[in-house]
Amino acid sequence: MGPITPLQGYLLLAAVIFAVGLAGALTRRNAILVLIGIELMLNAANLNLIAFWRYGPHPEALTGMMFAIFSIAVAAAEAAVGLGLVIHIYRFTQTTDLDQMNRMKG
Amino acid sequence: MQVPGMTIVFYLIAVITVAGALAAMLLRNTVHCALALTVAFAGLAVQFLELDAQFAGFAQILVYIGAVAILVVFAILLTRGSETPKQGVFSRTWLAGLVIAAMVFAVLGWAVLNSTSALPSETAKPSVNVLEIGNALMGRYVLPLEIVAVLLTSALIGAVIVARHEKGSAK
Repeated sequence: MGPITPLQGYLLLAAVIFAVGLAGALTRRNAILVLIGIELMLNAANLNLIAFWRYGPHPEALTGMMFAIFSIAVAAAEAAVGLGLVIHIYRFTQTTDLDQMNRMKG
Repeated sequence: MQVPGMTIVFYLIAVITVAGALAAMLLRNTVHCALALTVAFAGLAVQFLELDAQFAGFAQILVYIGAVAILVVFAILLTRGSETPKQGVFSRTWLAGLVIAAMVFAVLGWAVLNSTSALPSETAKPSVNVLEIGNALMGRYVLPLEIVAVLLTSALIGAVIVARHEKGSAK
């Protein structure tokens, strides 16, 4: 295993951010912080897409960059709907603690 | 591990980004978590700029720092989320979550470090200007663009309907 290439550096950084986001999404109690963890994982995936686009064979085709831009747009929609759901659940239960959200009845 | 062609800027911004992400997941005060999340988003935007993806970098700044971080702060303030719960900020099954995340990172790191020959390593700097991106969006990628437009519209309407205050239904 020789020295790592620049692409591997970016992939490792994305892996670290993904693992941090996953750990947060799995361990935090607050629903908003779980959403933050999901956003971090999406961002790590975007970094992978951009890094592969930069060091891939055909950057002029713009494939990875376009994928990342559409991914950013979809993540924004996901954040808006997710936070709206959290606020709506909070109105009924007066909590954002996921350990206390243990019933589906409104 | 000194990497040829990898600047000191990469390491500096990588450390700041990972520190921001860790702080966002570890701090007790939820508002502080949102601010640390902004640092992580800004670090990722700088990494995009380092990778010669200017458009994606500025889209990252506009969408994540400008919109998503503000939305998160709004949601925290609307839900009294800044109060630290008495029983701690981590769930009862935190050890299992940590082990799963560590295993995922181990698999990802192992796969990245053992695929040196399989990964592409073009060194030519791509020169992409906004004109080409606009032409691609209006030409080859016009169908995904329209679908994203429909998705964003429906998400906007859906978020408003979900978060709307209904009379009599709230306790």
